[in-house]
Amino acid sequence: MEMETIRELQAYGYIFATIFLSVIMYGYLYHLYKAEKKGTRNYEQYANIALNDNIDDAPIESRTPSNKEKE
Amino acid sequence: MQAKDALNYDYSVAKCFTYAAILFGIVGMLIGVVIAYQMAFPELNYLAGEYGTYSRLRPLHTSGVIFGFLLSGIFATWYYVGQRVLKVSMAESPFLMIVGKLHFWLYMILMTIAVVNLFMGIGTSKEYAELEWPLDILVVVVWVLWGFSIFGLVGIRREKTLYISMWYYIATFLGVAMLYLFNNMEVPTYFVAGMGKWYHSVSMYAGSNDAMVQWWYGHNAVAFVFTVPIIAMIYYFLPKESGQPVFSYKLSLLSFWGLMFVYLWAGGHHLIYSTVPDWVQTMGSIFSIVLILPSWGSAINMLLTMKGQWGQLKENPLVKFMVFASTFYMLSTLEGPIQSIKSVNALAHFTDWIPGHVHDGTLGWVGFMTMAALYHMAPRMYKRELYSKKLMESQFWIQTTGIVMYFSSMWIAGITQGMMWRATDQFGNLAYSFIDTVTVLIPYYALRATGGLLYLIGFFMFTYNMYKTMTASKAIESEPQNASPMAA
Repeated sequence: MEMETIRELQAYGYIFATIFLSVIMYGYLYHLYKAEKKGTRNYEQYANIALNDNIDDAPIESRTPSNKEKE
Repeated sequence: MQAKDALNYDYSVAKCFTYAAILFGIVGMLIGVVIAYQMAFPELNYLAGEYGTYSRLRPLHTSGVIFGFLLSGIFATWYYVGQRVLKVSMAESPFLMIVGKLHFWLYMILMTIAVVNLFMGIGTSKEYAELEWPLDILVVVVWVLWGFSIFGLVGIRREKTLYISMWYYIATFLGVAMLYLFNNMEVPTYFVAGMGKWYHSVSMYAGSNDAMVQWWYGHNAVAFVFTVPIIAMIYYFLPKESGQPVFSYKLSLLSFWGLMFVYLWAGGHHLIYSTVPDWVQTMGSIFSIVLILPSWGSAINMLLTMKGQWGQLKENPLVKFMVFASTFYMLSTLEGPIQSIKSVNALAHFTDWIPGHVHDGTLGWVGFMTMAALYHMAPRMYKRELYSKKLMESQFWIQTTGIVMYFSSMWIAGITQGMMWRATDQFGNLAYSFIDTVTVLIPYYALRATGGLLYLIGFFMFTYNMYKTMTASKAIESEPQNASPMAA
């Protein structure tokens, strides 16, 4: 392959990678805010995990018991 | 349930690693000060025969502070923070207790053999990866034990969500595992070709490939030992000590993924203007600049956590240590990308500006954050208040002066050096020989070594304060919720 072709392919690769990664990043941000707006998650409450960390403090979100425990 | 009421977090392994961090901190930093003075006064090279030369001591300094002081600090904080944010005690699992203790003792055996090896001059000559293959295998065992401890504790947790610090600890575990395995692929020469001793080896990669793998590892050792676990620490200890929740939890998640993706590609900046392909150099440079974003994302998140609470800086030296650490994180993560720009790198590469950059990160960010974390843990682990606030304040200012002396002297020395190497006369001949630059730099070397000495003095103050806290300080009845109790 000619050097010029390689350079051209690199340039296309660079542009597509930049667009792809930007979409991923903004997509993740959108996902975070949307999940909060829909009420499926409240990310900010997780900050309290560090503050209320005594062993007898109630967990912010308890682990759901496994199927075995449910039975 | 009575049994659960009596349940407490078990800090026995965290305590062991705290002692190790203090021990290796003293050894590693002391050697650092010695080699810094050797640069200024070369006759100091001959104090202890072959064992006291710069070439023998330099890997001992780097390994001592990175794999001794810092890893112990990371493990100590993990065995403390891990239990608390997962709301589960190690005492609940005899298996995890055994794993934790085995982890500590094997680590100590490994470190002891490593120190002896490096003093004897046995090593692979790969920077930050000097250990020969038998010790590399032991490193893997120690690391896997840590993995058991992390995922074991995650497996029995009560808190469903993994706090952001946990993400960073897990990333440290996975990142270092991957990097270490790939960079330490070695051919044992005795068994393959009958050459050298049984423990000798050469890298499996050759030439430029070896350089690329080495600096992919080398820079990511900075990422996954100097950065990621320290962010894990600050995301727990600053909110806990100040009583303020993280400013934006969402920003912490975004910064995490940003850092994970970008950091792995930045290592090429160590090889700019070398024999590696041009695109590797450009990629290293670009990713280093992009790295400002996730780094500042975490650092600004920490500073904003203190919004409206800046008064705490006056009252609580621990908050001061941590805010200062975060600020220095911002400084060094701006400085690094600037140095990786090709035109700047043409001036900066191989000069003293580089160790200057490394040390404002390690002394300001890594060292301060680790000491602040251990200070925070002490009253909770030993049920005593911190021994002396005054001593802590003095330590802060002595060490800060030391850091400023260190990096400012190295900035001046590095830029002077770079300019002199590049200077040409009207005919294009080099204006200076190498020894001309050395002569000019000696006063800056003396200044740097003295800055390092001040930092070491501060570390001794930290050691004394911790020792007195463990043994002679006033007992406290209940665990402090936020600000650590300390005697004036």
